[in-house]
Amino acid sequence: MDHRDDIGAKLGMWVFIFTEIILFGGLFLVYAVMRNNYSAEFHHAAHHLNAFIGSINTVILLVSSATVAMSITAVQTRNKKLAVILLFITLLCAAVFLINKYFEWGHKIHIGLYPGSDLMISLSHGQVMFFSLYYFMTGLHLFHLIVGAIILTIVVIKVQRETINAEHYVLMENGGLYWHLVDLIWIFLFPLFYLIT
Amino acid sequence: MTVKTQHPEPSYLVDTGKYKGLKAWLTSTDHKRIGLMYLYAIMVFFVVGVVLGELLRLELMWPGQQFYGPQAYNGIFTIHGIIMIFTVVIPGLSVVFGNFALPLMIGAKDVAFPRLNLFSFYLFILGAVIALSSQFMGNGPPDTGWTFYAPYSIRTNTNVVAAVLGAFVLGFSSILTGLNFIVTIHRMRAPGMTFFKMPLFPWSIYATAWIQVLATPIVGITLMMIIAERWLRIGFFDPALGGDPVLYQHLFWIYSHPAVYIMILPAMGVITEIIPTFAQRKIYGYKAIAFSSLAIAGVGYFVWAHHMFTSGMSITARWIFSFLTFLVAIPSAIKVFNWVTTLYKGSIDVKPPLLFTLGFIWLFMIGGMTGLTLGSLAINVHVHDTAYVPAHFHYIVFGGVGFAFFAAIHYWYPKMFGRMYNFRRANWSFVFLFTGFNFLYFPQFIIGYMGMPRRYFDYLPQYTFGHQLSGLGALLLGIGVIIMLVNLFSKKGAKAPANPWGGRTFEWDIPSPPPLENFEVMPELKEKEGPYDYK
Repeated sequence: MDHRDDIGAKLGMWVFIFTEIILFGGLFLVYAVMRNNYSAEFHHAAHHLNAFIGSINTVILLVSSATVAMSITAVQTRNKKLAVILLFITLLCAAVFLINKYFEWGHKIHIGLYPGSDLMISLSHGQVMFFSLYYFMTGLHLFHLIVGAIILTIVVIKVQRETINAEHYVLMENGGLYWHLVDLIWIFLFPLFYLIT
Repeated sequence: MTVKTQHPEPSYLVDTGKYKGLKAWLTSTDHKRIGLMYLYAIMVFFVVGVVLGELLRLELMWPGQQFYGPQAYNGIFTIHGIIMIFTVVIPGLSVVFGNFALPLMIGAKDVAFPRLNLFSFYLFILGAVIALSSQFMGNGPPDTGWTFYAPYSIRTNTNVVAAVLGAFVLGFSSILTGLNFIVTIHRMRAPGMTFFKMPLFPWSIYATAWIQVLATPIVGITLMMIIAERWLRIGFFDPALGGDPVLYQHLFWIYSHPAVYIMILPAMGVITEIIPTFAQRKIYGYKAIAFSSLAIAGVGYFVWAHHMFTSGMSITARWIFSFLTFLVAIPSAIKVFNWVTTLYKGSIDVKPPLLFTLGFIWLFMIGGMTGLTLGSLAINVHVHDTAYVPAHFHYIVFGGVGFAFFAAIHYWYPKMFGRMYNFRRANWSFVFLFTGFNFLYFPQFIIGYMGMPRRYFDYLPQYTFGHQLSGLGALLLGIGVIIMLVNLFSKKGAKAPANPWGGRTFEWDIPSPPPLENFEVMPELKEKEGPYDYK
């Protein structure tokens, strides 16, 4: 492929990452405004979130970022088997995160606390804003996590087929970068929703 | 620097790949074909938008209801805005001429990511279709205006979600195009072409691309919030749940103001190419123009709330935004001075591209200066939400971006199609367009100042004469559009030479139309050469 430009490919990915950060930035802006308006209620509403599950999720994503980075090194050192194992661990982490989220959201939906529900509408303004932001932001994050997992699945298939190899791995680097973004967004979401008690 | 070819390669318009005909075009990753497909699509959307505008003008010829009622009127001006803003002027010059001419002007074979480029085009069409579908679905066309202000956009029963979703997809297309152009300009310039030896149209595309990439996501998420409000009662903009409608306005304009710079910067870039060519002189103040593009892009991020002076912000916020609004006019003014200075004592040849350019300068200046009057707090209180505002932005967007688009198509047409067009007809189209334009929009300043509200289906009798002058202008403008389209797209003109205008940038060194891979020999800029090697 004489048209190959790995630096250009990475530059493109970084520009895309910036756009994702700004996409979430709009929500962080709304969070900042609402938290400024309703600081006490945000503080109290955060009690309803399970900081333990949140912390587990944070650790899971941090580990998954480490394993994906390690898998890139494995490809660079021509250790295909290790690379595939590490990528599977990354995807496993993603799955566990999803399961945790399912239980977290499921519990709240079960007790009737979701956007537009009668319970939600009966809450005070600050609490409604907190939970609306919680659902929207963790929901959007979840969507990006799924997208990231799909990308990494494509990567692991290509590693297996050796179309990603020690000479040609920019797609893997870009996929890993996207996964780091997913992790980074959670790193910001976690304290803003779970730790402000 | 001319390139002679022994065995001329077929032009990019000839199908040489696996597919033929329509399939060859729809699967093509060639930046030139993609640029042309965008051109055809945008011309169609533009004509639809013009027809909608003419319908508005028709209804407004006399007070009272003439042909249709207020609900239809609100629907028409809403979709007129959506089509013109999101499918015509925001993509406009970037996707047509950025795609076609940018790689040529920097000596590249294509853009950095050709398949992504084609994907951007598909998203563009998809977004436009989704947005247009809002007109035909069960609950009726949206009547919110293209600005979708909360709370009305949350409460109206009309098809807001379809329109907003369409705009979201169009925004995604815009982001990917911007990303593509940034990487293209960073990575694919010809040997010897440093940033400061790059022609100024690529510079303008570069500044524009950064705005596309950094501003569009904000409106993306804001449109998602509208959908979440309508479908899930998320409440960010609903005071009953703790939200704030003015927050919507801030989020919306944080993108939509930079968006106008997405519109105007490539337009200014085109003007900056045309003037040196038709004055046969080096552009005056190359670096000033390059930096002013970046300055406009930068400062343009900080002025958004000048759309919100009457929304209840503090006086501190208001005067800061007013001040910054005045600041952002300065780099634009620098460009105008540089353009006029380039013309001074040049060897001026008023061919159609330059004629449209001169029209641009006049219209852009009126639009720009009325932007300053609108930016003045004391005046704004009186003219906000009057016809003065649409008069201002039509001068800037239609008079500015639109006429620059016309100039660009008349400039690069020979290169794109390998044919010339009739100059007399082009000049007549300009006469009708320019005259019609001024008759249409100038009275709107006056009746707006006298109190005529905007987006109103009906009005008091004292505004009738102004509206009728506008109606006459609309008629002349429509005739001008028809003459122009017939001139450009009906009969085949004479074969075009490689360099019909005496331009000095790389695209004029290769055949008209160019071969598929653009350059037989990679162009190079020597040490002492600049982008505009005129005497």
